[in-house]
Amino acid sequence: MAGEITDLSAVELRERLARGEISAPEVVEAYLQRIRALDPQLHAFLYVDAEGALMQARKVQEQVLARSRGSEADLPPLAGIPVAVKDNMCTKGVPTTCASRILEGWRPPYDATVIERLRKAGAIILGKTNLDEFAMGSSTENSGFGPTRNPWDLTRVPGGSSGGSAAAVAAGLAPLALGSDTGGSIRQPAALCGIVGFKPTYGRVSRYGLVAFASSLDQIGPMTRTVSDCAVLLNVIAGNDPRDSTSANLPCPDFTQALRPEVRGLRIGIPRECFVEGLQPEVREAVLQAADLFSSLGAICTEISLPHLDYALPTYYLIAPAEASSNLARYDGVQYGYRAPAGDLYTMYARTRREGFGPEVKRRIMLGTYALSAGYYEAFYLKALKVRTLIKRDFDAAFQDHDLILMPTSPTVAFPLGEKVTDPLQMYLNDIFTIPVSLAGLPGISIPCGFANGLPIGLQLVGRAFDEETVLRAAFTFEQHTGYWKARPPLGGG
Amino acid sequence: MVEESVTARVQDEYEIVIGLEIHVQLLTASKMFCGCSTRFGAPPNTQVCPVCLGLPGSLPVINRRAVELGLRTALALNCTIHPQSQFHRKNYYYPDLPKNYQISQYQYKDHPPLASNGYLTFTFDGQVRTVRIRRVHLEEDTGKLVHVERDGTVLYSLVDYNRSGVPLMEIVTEPDLRSPEEAREFLSRLRTLLQYLEVSSGRMEEGTLRCDANVSLRRRGEPLGIRTEVKNMNSLRAVERALSFEVARQREILQAGGEVVQETRHWDERREVTFGSREKEEAQDYRYFPEPDLVPMVLDRSWIEEVRRTLPELPEQRKQRYVEQYALSPHDAALLVEDKAMADFFEAAVKLFPQPKAVCNWLLGDVMGYLNARGMEFTDLPLTPEKLAGMLKLMEDGTISIRLAKEILEEMLATGKDAASIVAEKGLVQIRDEDALRAIVEEVIAENPNPVRDYRAGKEKALTFLVGQVMRKTSGRANPDLVNRLLKERLHG
Repeated sequence: MAGEITDLSAVELRERLARGEISAPEVVEAYLQRIRALDPQLHAFLYVDAEGALMQARKVQEQVLARSRGSEADLPPLAGIPVAVKDNMCTKGVPTTCASRILEGWRPPYDATVIERLRKAGAIILGKTNLDEFAMGSSTENSGFGPTRNPWDLTRVPGGSSGGSAAAVAAGLAPLALGSDTGGSIRQPAALCGIVGFKPTYGRVSRYGLVAFASSLDQIGPMTRTVSDCAVLLNVIAGNDPRDSTSANLPCPDFTQALRPEVRGLRIGIPRECFVEGLQPEVREAVLQAADLFSSLGAICTEISLPHLDYALPTYYLIAPAEASSNLARYDGVQYGYRAPAGDLYTMYARTRREGFGPEVKRRIMLGTYALSAGYYEAFYLKALKVRTLIKRDFDAAFQDHDLILMPTSPTVAFPLGEKVTDPLQMYLNDIFTIPVSLAGLPGISIPCGFANGLPIGLQLVGRAFDEETVLRAAFTFEQHTGYWKARPPLGGG
Repeated sequence: MVEESVTARVQDEYEIVIGLEIHVQLLTASKMFCGCSTRFGAPPNTQVCPVCLGLPGSLPVINRRAVELGLRTALALNCTIHPQSQFHRKNYYYPDLPKNYQISQYQYKDHPPLASNGYLTFTFDGQVRTVRIRRVHLEEDTGKLVHVERDGTVLYSLVDYNRSGVPLMEIVTEPDLRSPEEAREFLSRLRTLLQYLEVSSGRMEEGTLRCDANVSLRRRGEPLGIRTEVKNMNSLRAVERALSFEVARQREILQAGGEVVQETRHWDERREVTFGSREKEEAQDYRYFPEPDLVPMVLDRSWIEEVRRTLPELPEQRKQRYVEQYALSPHDAALLVEDKAMADFFEAAVKLFPQPKAVCNWLLGDVMGYLNARGMEFTDLPLTPEKLAGMLKLMEDGTISIRLAKEILEEMLATGKDAASIVAEKGLVQIRDEDALRAIVEEVIAENPNPVRDYRAGKEKALTFLVGQVMRKTSGRANPDLVNRLLKERLHG
């Protein structure tokens, strides 16, 4: 029974819960059991809130029973559905560490907006998932508490920074998860773990309670096994939030309405700049086959150009660290988190940060501090902002006569642990196709589109700003015509 | 070291150049970027939330009311309003700054502050002076450190975040002020203006209005000299004294052929000196950049116009009105409007006792004297317009004399009681019973043969002395006119 439960999609789970075929506590128990069995190998979770989840499940079950004579429509959209949450989103009273020693033991006194919305929708927070420290990385090896492993091959990374959420969903430790994406941190691990990962348009989901890495880029999004689940979860978390000034004051559609297998006439652009050296041949093949599938279904695929794509990576590595250097200044040992013992204030600051942060975080703080310093501000930070505008314009131009852009999510499939961790530049290249989309603030989804040597390949579909619906529609259509999403990693655990 | 004449002497040889940076706590109910209360004096860390504590994940949201108060000030200071402005982060580490950056507005090319290029005109030393306002911008206040000491050594420090995030408005002048006295006068006028605009309580002692000054000397016609920045001046008087000291100090250095060190100097109120910090000052790099958590602040044209239309009456306008409406002298009107609380009080009292000149005289005379003697603010007084009017009515109907009125007022100011109850308690009702007074007049005449003789010999002044004696015997309760008449009748008779 447990194996069956953890194999169901959220949509299916909800139907069975509503029909009374299974109970919310049963669902939670099944997932907790699978976490106990598999997570020691995977290390997808930093914290499992078994007690809180079961308590919540019993409450939901009471609601279900109370409404047993009512219709399904009476139940909130995620009633009884477990969700794993990346550990950089604040959960009231539950540890939130950002996988950093500097925040070890900190329990936020408040819930992030997305957590509030999940609770209101009846979802059950299973626990907090691993990530690269402060979401800085592409392999989850930068976690201060040990790496997460890829369920498809335990010697390989799950991608990052939302590697814990990706691995949890891929391994069936949670039907749904939240990730955050600054330069690809939802899409790249989704690709490497063979699941669906959607970074909505910047401003679509409230950032209130998401511990900031780079404020102008950070965005929360769903990580799921199916596109339908993705739309359901997005429905819950999306929408304007008066506590986040950068959240868009736009009406939110019902994203499940976009789930129609229909791409006829859809104009899809394929940027030629993506198909260059460094792209793994199998990835290239899978992505081009995906384009062929869309063509065969009536979409019009044409080659396009994003001339400034090459500059995206250096631009990102100025803007994101600059914002991070300021965002992370608050971890100083004064009010919360780790404090190193010291005799005076400045020694306390220095030691706390030296001992509390890992090497990649320090590297980015230094990069960003440099980029904002007097004398370098114009040459680096301001210049980067200008290039960011050029990259946005590339996309604007492409979307003049295209409805969607199709490209690889990541240049390679999952790589072995330890392979790139000592070479930051190699590591940064993982995000070469996701970063431009982040800089432009556009919605981008990664969906499974094939395998290379038993490792998943991700296809990235990018839409116009606030046109998540077209992205979801195309992704749903692709899913309906392929079976990659049905594949499960070779894990035991029952 | 600092003498009164220093300013005058230095002005002969050097020109004094002063610019001010004024920080104003805005009178909003909630903080700049969150909903926490700004109430002063609450127990430590009771007016805080994730936003003003700078907790991970929290985000700022601009307080519209704070923007409105800033806008009001900028309009009253004749500034150019920038309908689109940007907030920035000013990055530096200090334990009272929970995010280790302050959200402020930095002027960077195409990022203007809320407002710039204004001016304030006032009269000083018989001349009309115009001080240009460089900029008006908004920012957030820091928390407060409390140092716990034993035997003069700091054991540890605590942070109170109640003040963290309180809205601040910064007003920066051009270096247009030419003496410490003028700087004080400017600041005083600005403070009055802020009170009229109802944007600030303007209490320097409580820190709701803070002033830093940049001061330098130069030989006339030469470019600006090296300046020092003087901080920690907690009253108008302190501003004048600190600047006078600093001018004298710089002058001595320059006259000895030395060079002024550009530095921040703190005013020591007790020793009446400014001192630089011993540590060598590094040029701070605040690494300003646009605050990515806030979108650019866009002000509706129509809203700006509405704020302009609904600006409250300003001191200069009110002064004119007092001259016209109440027939006060321009001098009295100017004094009265300088303190908005007092001017408001004046108008309320005149409604109850429609003799503007009398009300004005009492306020500017006895009430001001009482305040000045005690270093108190008008708003500290328990006096209400009703109580003052009550006292004036008692005087008008002859129940109390002027002399009694002065005594009673002092008691009213000290205790907050009304005049009638003081009169009743102390039996201070004026004696108008002619028979009772006649007996006292007889006594005084009998006891003072010499003055009586003088008066009869034609020395009018002697009568004043005799009246005074009667007043003394009645503890001032006798009606002076009546005493006068009775004495004359008796002495002529």
